[in-house]
Amino acid sequence: MTGSERRDAASAEDRDVLDDVQSANRPEREPVPVTFGRRGFLRGATIGGLGIAATGALGYAFGASSASSASSASSATTAGAAGRATHQWAMVIDLRSCNGCKLCTTACQAAHFLHEDQTWIDVFTMRDASGKHYSMPRPCMMCEDPPCVPVCPVQANVRTADGLTLVDQSRCIGTRICMNACPYQARYFNWSKPRPAPRQPFPQEPAWPVPQVEGTVGKCITCAAMLPAGKLPECVSRCPMGVLYLGDLATDVAVNGIGTTVKLSEFLADNDAVTFKESYGTHPRVFYIPGSGQALDTDAEAG
Amino acid sequence: MPEDQEREAESPARGEGGLPEAREHLRIAAMRPVLDTPRWWWPAVIALGAVVVVGLAAWAVQLADGLGVAGYNDRAFWAVYEADLVAFIGVSYGGAVVSAILRLTNATWRAPLTRIAEATALVTLPIGMLFIVPHLGSPQRIWELVWPPYWNLSSPILWDFFAVSTYLLATAVFFYLPLIADLPVAAARMAGRAGVRARCCRLLYRAVGGEREVGASKRQLIEGSIGLVAIMVIPMAVSVHSVLSFAFASSSRAGYAETIFPVYFVVAALYSGIALVAVAVAALRRLFHLEAFIHPRHFVRLGFILVGFGAVYLYLTFTEYLVDGYSGTTDNAAWVRQVLIGRYWIPFWFYFVAAGVVPMLIVAIPRLRTAKGVVVASGLVVVAMWVKRLVIVIPPATEPLVRSPLAAGGVLEGNWGSYHFTWVPISITLAATAAIPLLLLLVFRFVPILPIAEMEELESYEQVLTEAIEVTGGTTSLSPGGHPGGRPLIPPASACAPVVLPPPGAGGGGFDLSLRADCWPPHGHGPSGSTGLPPFGSGGWGR
Ligand code: SF4
Ligand code: SF4
Repeated sequence: MTGSERRDAASAEDRDVLDDVQSANRPEREPVPVTFGRRGFLRGATIGGLGIAATGALGYAFGASSASSASSASSATTAGAAGRATHQWAMVIDLRSCNGCKLCTTACQAAHFLHEDQTWIDVFTMRDASGKHYSMPRPCMMCEDPPCVPVCPVQANVRTADGLTLVDQSRCIGTRICMNACPYQARYFNWSKPRPAPRQPFPQEPAWPVPQVEGTVGKCITCAAMLPAGKLPECVSRCPMGVLYLGDLATDVAVNGIGTTVKLSEFLADNDAVTFKESYGTHPRVFYIPGSGQALDTDAEAG
Repeated sequence: MPEDQEREAESPARGEGGLPEAREHLRIAAMRPVLDTPRWWWPAVIALGAVVVVGLAAWAVQLADGLGVAGYNDRAFWAVYEADLVAFIGVSYGGAVVSAILRLTNATWRAPLTRIAEATALVTLPIGMLFIVPHLGSPQRIWELVWPPYWNLSSPILWDFFAVSTYLLATAVFFYLPLIADLPVAAARMAGRAGVRARCCRLLYRAVGGEREVGASKRQLIEGSIGLVAIMVIPMAVSVHSVLSFAFASSSRAGYAETIFPVYFVVAALYSGIALVAVAVAALRRLFHLEAFIHPRHFVRLGFILVGFGAVYLYLTFTEYLVDGYSGTTDNAAWVRQVLIGRYWIPFWFYFVAAGVVPMLIVAIPRLRTAKGVVVASGLVVVAMWVKRLVIVIPPATEPLVRSPLAAGGVLEGNWGSYHFTWVPISITLAATAAIPLLLLLVFRFVPILPIAEMEELESYEQVLTEAIEVTGGTTSLSPGGHPGGRPLIPPASACAPVVLPPPGAGGGGFDLSLRADCWPPHGHGPSGSTGLPPFGSGGWGR
């Protein structure tokens, strides 16, 4: 278990958390330089694309400076320490035990006062090659390289320092191009008035967008505002089967709602965890442990 | 018509300054929409205005109740407004680029069409841009798009925004430059008039700088600028439509992630744009009696250009579908299947027939290749290309992304999202459609409908050639190469005879396009044919 050895050594020392994240959980892949990939490419493409606009150069200077300010502001709201995040949130979904009861979906909708069709964590019925049906919960993948973020014209999508992709609904103008960009169909729009919500413990902000704002995009937030308080996300704590784990790549721990605590890297490696649509280059931080779950009726109609 | 009589009564009187009668008639015709108010004008404006108002009301409802009332849902997040955006910005391409290309290639026959083409571009582009408003979920925050601290320059939407704004500026300049030389003429015609509108017109002419005659040196400057802008407008328009396509093509979604999209969008824009120009020219020609200047052969020429782009578009469509469908990867195959034989087959095959096959047949069959035929084809193309935009936008937006291909009702068959039309987007789309003729009528309340200066200049040029031909014995066909068009210059005195046009650029072996040069003067007003005038336009405008 080379991956876990590396991590054991790392956890003892006061190492750069991001280095840790790079090496953790990716025994199968070399650490990728952060500057490479979609974002780096887009930066290059942007400059080319703006050749057509005389305002390009000026705007680029503006955009670049405000991008950094926006991300630092948002990280301050979720990650405790400014600059260095102490957590790198992740999720593990153990498909072997999901029974498709959708309690996660309804718990999420109740907690965030969502309409019925706003299934931030949705449970899909899939079929494996042997013809067996299984259920597959799909929250936001909290991609490390999220395609939904760079497409927003007004920087309403932010990626926080502790690894969450969040939507600033006070800025979103509702172009829905992020819904187009997300390969996981994880984004939901507020097509009508949001469900009214009572006073919330937190003000409406990207980490706790309750109530939702009409005409803006909403999506799973991994209950970002509850995490610093040591609370599990609603879906995780409500899952009766212990399917959903909240993980932290920085501390290498994962916890589910029925009291199981595992060493994240080992759990993933031992169970051959996979990520969804790896070929899309999004590097999801939601890890699936394959399996076809409880004995389901193989003739059941897919949802 | 009393107006006609009135016009006839006063027009010769205003022909002071010893203008040749032909030019006088050009000026009268060009200023007719500005000076006269036909009986249908107010009812038409009111009716079109009412349609626009209904659209605005629908938008108000949408503002109050959210985008959901427009039939959107999470499984169909982009649909009709996005198609409208593409379609309306697309049709504006036709006007600008047709005019620019024809200017640059020195196609003299374009002259009577340019003003209308440029005006069409000028009015459709802002309408298209306005579709961003109903498209947005939170239009009250639209200012963020022009607020640099919020800009995210890696967003294709922002690229669109810059590109389209730049293009709008270019289109306005392209409309304005050829107008400068005409304004003094228009101002002179306006001079004696009383009334609020005449005063507004005069104020406007003064404001945009045209009361005095444009001198030769200034005219040269203007011409140089027009050439420059004509060159600039083409790459600009290409980039606008390419960039528009990036908003779709830069995603990972099957059916949007197509490298063919930029070209596809540019060609679609040209195709539908030329169709709209043909429709607009036909309507305005009929309404404002421009038959003396705009001839059936203008439409046939437009028809040739139209089917040229139509064929390219059909080819691109074929390529896209074949390659995506053949590859057989689940997402692509599912999408192509849904379009061809699945839930989207009706709109797709409608496009195929109405904008793929029929226009080509109309132009290919000599009996149908008439002004009327081309206008019918163009009308079909405008509508069908809008439908095709729906076929481009909606299927990928309703694609299932998290379905297992193996599950019952997997991606190939079921599980697709669906968009349901409601009265709201239909009203808004109709309002935008009605706004095109409405704005055109309003624009031509203030500016001459024909580019007077340009036509007069080309007419002088034609005149020289005409005389040269008359000297050689009045043959009705000029050998190719002797003239940019290589076609007969003068319809004979019996001007309604069929004209035989040799194919452009080909020597001999001409084929009969079965065109009829229009009788001049039209509708029996103006000087009768017996004056023996060299009929204005008979020399040049048909080419
Ligand atoms: S993840 Fe848990 S709560 Fe959600 S459907 Fe599966 S078993 Fe039910
Ligand atoms: S899953 Fe979708 S919404 Fe979530 S971060 Fe990835 S691209 Fe964005």
